Amino acid sequence: MKERLEALQAEALQELQGVAGPQELGELRIKYLGKKGALTEILRGMGALSAEERPAVGEVANRVRGAIEAVIEEKAAVYRRAETELRLRSETIDVTLPGSALPTGAVHPLNKVAQEIEDIFIGLGYTIAEGPEVETDYYNFEALNLPKDHPARDMQDSFYITDEILMRTQTSPVQIRAMKAMNGKSPLKVICPGKVYRRDDDDATHSFQFNQVEGLVVGKGIRMSDLKGTLLQFVQEMFGKQARIRLRPSFFPFTEPSAEVDVTCSQCGGSGCRMCKQTGWLEILGCGMVHPKVLEAGGYDPEEVTGFAFGMGIERIALLKYGIDDIRHFYAGDLRFLSQFERM
Amino acid sequence: MKISTNWLADYISLEGLTPQEIAEKMTSGGIEIDAVEAMDKGVSGVVVGYVKEKTKHPDADKLNVCKVDVGAGEDLQIVCGAANVDAGQHVPVATVGAKLPGGLAIKRAKLRGVESQGMICSARELGLNDKLLPKELQEGILVLPKLELGRPIVDVLDLGAHVLELDLTPNRSDALSYLGVAYEIGALTGRPVKLPESAVFGAADKTADRLSVRIDAREACAHYSARYIRGVQVAPSPLWLQNRLMAAGIRPINNIVDVTNYVMLEYGQPLHAFDADRVAGGSIVVRFAREGEELETLDGQLRKLQPHMLVIADGERAIGLAGVMGGANSEVDGDTTNVILESAKFDGSVVRRTSRQLGLRSEASLRFEKEVDPARVIPALDRAASLIAKLGSGLVTDGIAEDVARTYEPVVIEVSLERISGYLGADISKLEAQAIFGRLGFDSEVGDGSLRVQVPTRRGDISRDVDLIEEIARLYGYDNIKATPIVGETTPGSLTAPQAVRRELRRRLSDAGLHEVISYSFTAPERAGLFPDLAQDAKPIRLAMPMSEERSVLRTSLLPQLLETAAYNRNRKNHDLALFEIGTVFHTDEETLTRLPQEKHRFALLLTGASRSAAWNRKAEKADFYDAKGVLETIFAALGLSGSVSYEAAAPSGLHPGRTAAVKLDGERGAETIGYVGQLHPELQLELGLDDVFVAELELGALYDAADRSIVYRTLPRYPAADRDIAVTVDETVPAAALAAAVREAAGELLESVRVFDVYTGEKLGAGRKSVALALVYRHAERTLTDEEVAAAHAAAVAALEQSFSAELRK
Repeated sequence: MKERLEALQAEALQELQGVAGPQELGELRIKYLGKKGALTEILRGMGALSAEERPAVGEVANRVRGAIEAVIEEKAAVYRRAETELRLRSETIDVTLPGSALPTGAVHPLNKVAQEIEDIFIGLGYTIAEGPEVETDYYNFEALNLPKDHPARDMQDSFYITDEILMRTQTSPVQIRAMKAMNGKSPLKVICPGKVYRRDDDDATHSFQFNQVEGLVVGKGIRMSDLKGTLLQFVQEMFGKQARIRLRPSFFPFTEPSAEVDVTCSQCGGSGCRMCKQTGWLEILGCGMVHPKVLEAGGYDPEEVTGFAFGMGIERIALLKYGIDDIRHFYAGDLRFLSQFERM
Repeated sequence: MKISTNWLADYISLEGLTPQEIAEKMTSGGIEIDAVEAMDKGVSGVVVGYVKEKTKHPDADKLNVCKVDVGAGEDLQIVCGAANVDAGQHVPVATVGAKLPGGLAIKRAKLRGVESQGMICSARELGLNDKLLPKELQEGILVLPKLELGRPIVDVLDLGAHVLELDLTPNRSDALSYLGVAYEIGALTGRPVKLPESAVFGAADKTADRLSVRIDAREACAHYSARYIRGVQVAPSPLWLQNRLMAAGIRPINNIVDVTNYVMLEYGQPLHAFDADRVAGGSIVVRFAREGEELETLDGQLRKLQPHMLVIADGERAIGLAGVMGGANSEVDGDTTNVILESAKFDGSVVRRTSRQLGLRSEASLRFEKEVDPARVIPALDRAASLIAKLGSGLVTDGIAEDVARTYEPVVIEVSLERISGYLGADISKLEAQAIFGRLGFDSEVGDGSLRVQVPTRRGDISRDVDLIEEIARLYGYDNIKATPIVGETTPGSLTAPQAVRRELRRRLSDAGLHEVISYSFTAPERAGLFPDLAQDAKPIRLAMPMSEERSVLRTSLLPQLLETAAYNRNRKNHDLALFEIGTVFHTDEETLTRLPQEKHRFALLLTGASRSAAWNRKAEKADFYDAKGVLETIFAALGLSGSVSYEAAAPSGLHPGRTAAVKLDGERGAETIGYVGQLHPELQLELGLDDVFVAELELGALYDAADRSIVYRTLPRYPAADRDIAVTVDETVPAAALAAAVREAAGELLESVRVFDVYTGEKLGAGRKSVALALVYRHAERTLTDEEVAAAHAAAVAALEQSFSAELRK
């Protein structure tokens, strides 16, 4: 029996030498090692052997099986590699063709800027107050210390609807509403973003509809130096750590003292360029200490609390930030404009 | 206001200060200097010359050859093309080597073969504003009065100085005069102000014998004063006076009128001169105009007056419009020999109303509107009278004719040092504060920790302690105030729920490929009415004075503007659009507003063209109704409202009746419509020239309240689900949502979800039929379902479809 096994091994190895492909290899595996294969056929005769002979024959049988399997495995591995090789070659694509991108849209640049400003002030402990765009003459002017015959109240300059109702010309009326809502309590820290309307001919730098953000802080012992500190922190977060501010005395009916605020030019860093008209400074906001009459209109005692307020045009900041050449683009909705603001 | 430095130096020493330094000091003190300009504009080498002879150029009709004496010994031969040049004139001569504005250098030249040793100049060639000159001098050379030959023109015309252009804020009308500016520079530098000479040396005869004045409208005129000057000779003013007026942009007229303007610039107090012989009865009354009264003003216009307008009248008629402009009937001209000079304080708002209503603004009205200093009425009158007497060789009669309706006292304000330092966040000492007030020319008394400050009437803008604190701050220097952090109670910063919702929508939609737009709140009336269901029958709110009919009413819905934006893009070949807007619409039920309208926050969406553009590996997909609806579903899912929103076929005006759904949100009073999603009505689409457009508009207010931002975790399922599908044919009109609802109802608690996964129509099914396939998932939370349980639930679901919708099960 040993001899038969040895002969089988020799025959099988011989035949495997000449195998032509994976299919024939499979057939040979079945022929020699399958359930009805040659090896099994021989081993069926084991029953006729004595108990002493069996272990020795079994050992030979295992060796023969191992030897045949090893060769088959070796051959199979070669075929698998070739097959994989073939598949990879057939599946090769042009990786330089464009990918299928996810769709991209954009938040409007004015809202992008407004949100950035809002987030800075939320971080400083402010909440966001909103108010109506159609306002009463009282909230828009009178409560803000612009008496009835003030030149800024001219019909020519504001969009009146009736004698007493108009489109708000500033977001300041929201300050009055925010103060009143506090019922005399302090501290109050709010910013008021929103649309405002002024009767102005449209051109590259003017729009009859535009957006402002105003800020208001009311509390015990609020000082002008706090206003300066707040604005410095704001511009450094908005325009970068190197930004500096300069306050120039100015006039607004609702603040006293009042100031215009310049920030170092973001383009040249203060050395002077076309954008800042060689001054190194860009005018970006107006501010001041809240006028006592305005505090009174808001339900506060100006002897008890003081406050500061500031305001800026969002369009102006967006124009500067992105270098946009015409304010009207913000409202036209041209996709070629909007799609330029898709970045984070 | 334009200020020339050489004139300013009459009132305050500017020694050691360059014009740029003055400008910087003033700007940092709160009066912005827009520009500093050298008046000579680079002119040099131009001198006074005398034209001795004029002969025609031999070869050119329009040229003359002049022999000109410039006081240098030898006469110059100059070729000149000006029509008005003539022998006997004194003229500005640019000699060889002279420089003109813009760096133009004069060289020896030959003009048509004749040598020219220089150039006779026009005003414009010298860089002067020639609009203020008579027409003949604008067109030709500048003809000068008789002057010393060879004198530099820069001296003659007072061009050796700089002009500062002031940009005044409305509160600083005190700086609308040379004296006002001098006081400001005094405050900035600590230098004293020198007041002008105004002593009146008059005749012995009494003013009272010739003139009386009376204020009838006593609330509109606080003080009216006048002087009488007799025997004047009206003539052109001396050159220095003309030069100064021209530098300020005022046209010289004659020595009387020029003096009134000159003193107005000095004091900020407008003055007016009447021809005394044309003032009937020598009596002047300040009164309101009579009904139907008319007056021809000095500009030659006949003005119809109204009873709220203040006039100056003589015994018979109005002779001037108080504070605005004089009347032609009493104008000073070449024949005038006696003059009445007026100086008064008229009420600012009365002057403003008159000037606005007549569209007539003057240097005088500009100043009166902002309230003139009551303390300067008489000094300005005296100053002008003395100058007129001097320049016009007249005699000022003895005494002032005046009526005083109201007197003014300086305001006294008390302010504590603690208040000053606490307000500014800067330590200001008592001495420092007092020194600043001293520089401003305010008297101050030091009390215990506080100051009592007397504010002169020239600073009418200062009325309370914070105004004084501002004076301290600007003179102490805003730059010297430190930047400090706010001390005291901290506050938490946050967004309100609506703000958070709007931000979330913006973020999600922009991430999903939509672009946000911001439209105008004003629209055209016909566009406002396009979608009455979205406008909710609100009455249009019209602006009283719109800029154009296109932008005359407030929007009542967002869609019209969004369509306008789509058309704008279409015209620019941007065909594939996915736009949204979050904005306010304005609703009222009033014809005329008596209260504020309702302002509603809305969300609007517009899709047109391809929702996904074509590429090398795929075809373009056209946007459709389900893309628009999908955007809404995404929003509702984000807001935790998927289960509370339903859609129902609807036909609001302006939208396609077969392709529009009302969006309904479950509320306390059942499902309420909060907006629509649909396709634009084909007729409207055609009218607007658009491709297929899919739109939606939603009320955000309802969503703010309903939004559920809480995330509640559920344990992951531990037992397997059983998936079953149902495919049925039903009548085409049966809504898929109804089938799903029926399944949900019938299958009971074991049903985890049901989803439509296929809809099909075709000839095989027969006309009016459609096939709908639903995917059902069954699951029990605590055990594995048996086949029998699933089969029973599923059979109930199928039976419900068969019974309620005559559905036929497809095998």
